[in-house]
Amino acid sequence: MATAETTLVTPKRSIWQSSAAQKLLAFAALIVIFLVFSFLSPYFATPENIVGILLATAVNGVLALGVTFIIITAGIDLSVGTVMTLSAVMTGLAITIYGLPIPVGIVVGILTGTTAGLINGLVISRMRIPPFIATLGMMMIARGLALVLSTIETGTVKPIYFNDTPEFRQLTMLSFLDPIIKPIAPTFSVPNAVFIMFGAALVAAFILGKTVLGRYTVAIGSNEEATRLSGVNVANWKTAVYALGGVFSGLAGVMIASRLNSAQPALGVGYELDAIAAVVIGGTSLSGGEGTILGTIIGAFIISTLTNGLRIMNVPQEWQFVVTGVIVILAVYLDILRRRRS
Amino acid sequence: MGDVVLKMEGIDKSFPGVRALANAQFELRAGEVHALVGENGAGKSTLMKILAGIYSKDTGTILYQGQEVEIPSPRAAQHLGISMIHQELNLMPHLTLAQNVFVGREPRQALPFMLDENKINEQTRQLFESMHLRLDPRTKAADLTVAKQQMVEIAKALSFNSQVLIMDEPTAALTESEIEELFRIIRQFRDRGVGIVYISHRLEELKQISDRITVMRDGHYVDTVDAATVTIDRIISMMVGRTIFESAPEVPEHPDDEIVLEARNLNRGTAIKDVSFTLKRGEILGFAGLMGAGRTEVARAIFGADPLDSGEIYINGKKADIASPRDAVRYGIGYLSEDRKRYGLALGLDVEANIALASFRQFTGMLGVVNDGKTAKTAHRYVDALSIKTPGIEQRVRNLSGGNQQKVVIGKWLTADTDILIFDEPTRGIDVGAKSEIYKLLNELAHQGKSIIMISSELPEILRMSHRIVVMCEGRITGELAAGEATQEGIMRFATQRSVMLAMGEDVPSNGQTAEQG
Repeated sequence: MATAETTLVTPKRSIWQSSAAQKLLAFAALIVIFLVFSFLSPYFATPENIVGILLATAVNGVLALGVTFIIITAGIDLSVGTVMTLSAVMTGLAITIYGLPIPVGIVVGILTGTTAGLINGLVISRMRIPPFIATLGMMMIARGLALVLSTIETGTVKPIYFNDTPEFRQLTMLSFLDPIIKPIAPTFSVPNAVFIMFGAALVAAFILGKTVLGRYTVAIGSNEEATRLSGVNVANWKTAVYALGGVFSGLAGVMIASRLNSAQPALGVGYELDAIAAVVIGGTSLSGGEGTILGTIIGAFIISTLTNGLRIMNVPQEWQFVVTGVIVILAVYLDILRRRRS
Repeated sequence: MGDVVLKMEGIDKSFPGVRALANAQFELRAGEVHALVGENGAGKSTLMKILAGIYSKDTGTILYQGQEVEIPSPRAAQHLGISMIHQELNLMPHLTLAQNVFVGREPRQALPFMLDENKINEQTRQLFESMHLRLDPRTKAADLTVAKQQMVEIAKALSFNSQVLIMDEPTAALTESEIEELFRIIRQFRDRGVGIVYISHRLEELKQISDRITVMRDGHYVDTVDAATVTIDRIISMMVGRTIFESAPEVPEHPDDEIVLEARNLNRGTAIKDVSFTLKRGEILGFAGLMGAGRTEVARAIFGADPLDSGEIYINGKKADIASPRDAVRYGIGYLSEDRKRYGLALGLDVEANIALASFRQFTGMLGVVNDGKTAKTAHRYVDALSIKTPGIEQRVRNLSGGNQQKVVIGKWLTADTDILIFDEPTRGIDVGAKSEIYKLLNELAHQGKSIIMISSELPEILRMSHRIVVMCEGRITGELAAGEATQEGIMRFATQRSVMLAMGEDVPSNGQTAEQG
């Protein structure tokens, strides 16, 4: 038995079965969609339109980052859309009504999201309410609060505009690369929002892959009871995961407020579904334990590319929903087929 | 054997409605393997879960290394050096082996929230090496066999520098060669002075691996005996509180000659090859063979759960067309799967609903409304007839013991008015007392004219119960024996009669108590 043999047992997994396959598949799908639209419409593959797609992905992409962590724990978050809106309204109140400096307004927005996420986490882990119900409740609460808060200034529900602080809009809509690019291509500009999304994605990938929080996110989703028996305080870490989801919702709230130059209190419902769709298309398993940030970003791009392409083809918006729905089901079906083989 | 490392005394524990432990006690020395046995529900697992910090005791004291300790959480147990390996595997399939071993106490890099992956890989590699386990720490746990996963769990437990290692039914899912490997590792750690608690239903194993044996019954401590001198019969009698002669086979009655089921030349891929047999009214037909011999596959094919490539099935002399379990039920065939929890029972439903589950049509009036009174009456009848131990018919099946769950499944198929019952490993995971009740029940059913196919990997069980024994190997039927002429050796000879060996001559294992291999 105790021979000095050093060969290690490393079971073989075919590439098809690995989680890289889903990412590869999603990426290939993105390329195919892109090529098809380029072929169908001369207006699609223009620099301006591509920047438009990137910008359209930014907010959903950031929301989806938080949702990725939550779905990897085998949970769900239906509240990210309205929490985003609540965060936007809070930022709006801070900057326009209370006249606080812009950085403080941004912190207020992000903290609002974090608090909502934290409450989600506590309700789920302490009160043991299933994530679906807990976050459904938070979805409604955040929506209501966003509407209520928007009435502070005038007594009626209305958007809060940032007209006195043009710097706030410039935060996401200008490009820090302009000084370099402008001399070469005067009309071309990639707004900061796009870079914020990629930056947030890098941070998320780091958290998921390299930190304790990321490790426990996967461990909880993979086998929650075993994780608990390993001495991990599952309740606390789960709470942290939902709070992290809230951080990204808060950031998305600041971004959308800046981009629209206003906090729109009625916005937000439906965003959570786009975010979940992006995560699922990106290969994160709803049964937990498996998922990547890169996959989620690709998933978010697939959705916005489709939407953009269909719009350019003059497909009515109603049909865009239908197509996105079909893509979500196809993506998950492919994932199931892949698992069945293994 | 070294000093006493652990002493539990006067432990009481109640769950709502159940007194799980009453004045229980246990003692463990360093460097011993101490087996803890008892029927299901005797309180073994509960006692050990208290030790591992999963349950809290109501009263009693735990002395660990001479000091009284409280163990409020699994983490506290780990800090003390007490680790438990649970019956269900507790690895995270999506994490690597190294990540699994270190989950909950990952070494950090300079920044306290950052993981040090290289360090855990290196430490895990050394850990595996010290156990002579040839595994790559970077492999995902999901890619390992159950046996290897178990080794990793042991490695994990021991990486805490455990002084006490509790193993709950570690061999339940292992093959014989894997059990050997496990025993090797257990002995290795025993020799290093670790105290090992070994919970098992497989009494034959205990004499092999343990130094002392403590028996529990109904939450009470019965006795602690020296494993070297005690007999298995004595352990069993302590467990059940009465002497039962497990080895004495009952003489089966001769069945009717009327053939109720005939299978002709069944084929399905490589799993079933040209299988033909007959089943008579009132007969118990034993299906013996090693694991993977194709017995379950034959049962599933007859039940319509898997399609056949070719072959015919005759029920009461008429050709039967069975394409789905629904058809099989219509022909009066019931199948009791080896994995009751997955296929046989709706665990979240109560006894009444489970008993009615396969035959709701009987209980459904106009407009599809279920007649509750009628289902309750039927459920009561079977609870009485099968003496199912349950507080009531509205008890959820999840809360019943394994033996009683099995009886609920039997009740379900009897309600469905089946004449042919296929039992697949009917006593797996059931304790000794409940086993003999199941045997009694099978005999009664056969006596009433039901025909029974019993698949079992336990040779004593097959020999004791069957009127006739069919032996399978690699998808073929390799032999048929009458009750009188069958012996364990005879069955094993057919069970290992691989097609290659037919040409080479026979290769007979000397003395197989159970036929669970590969």
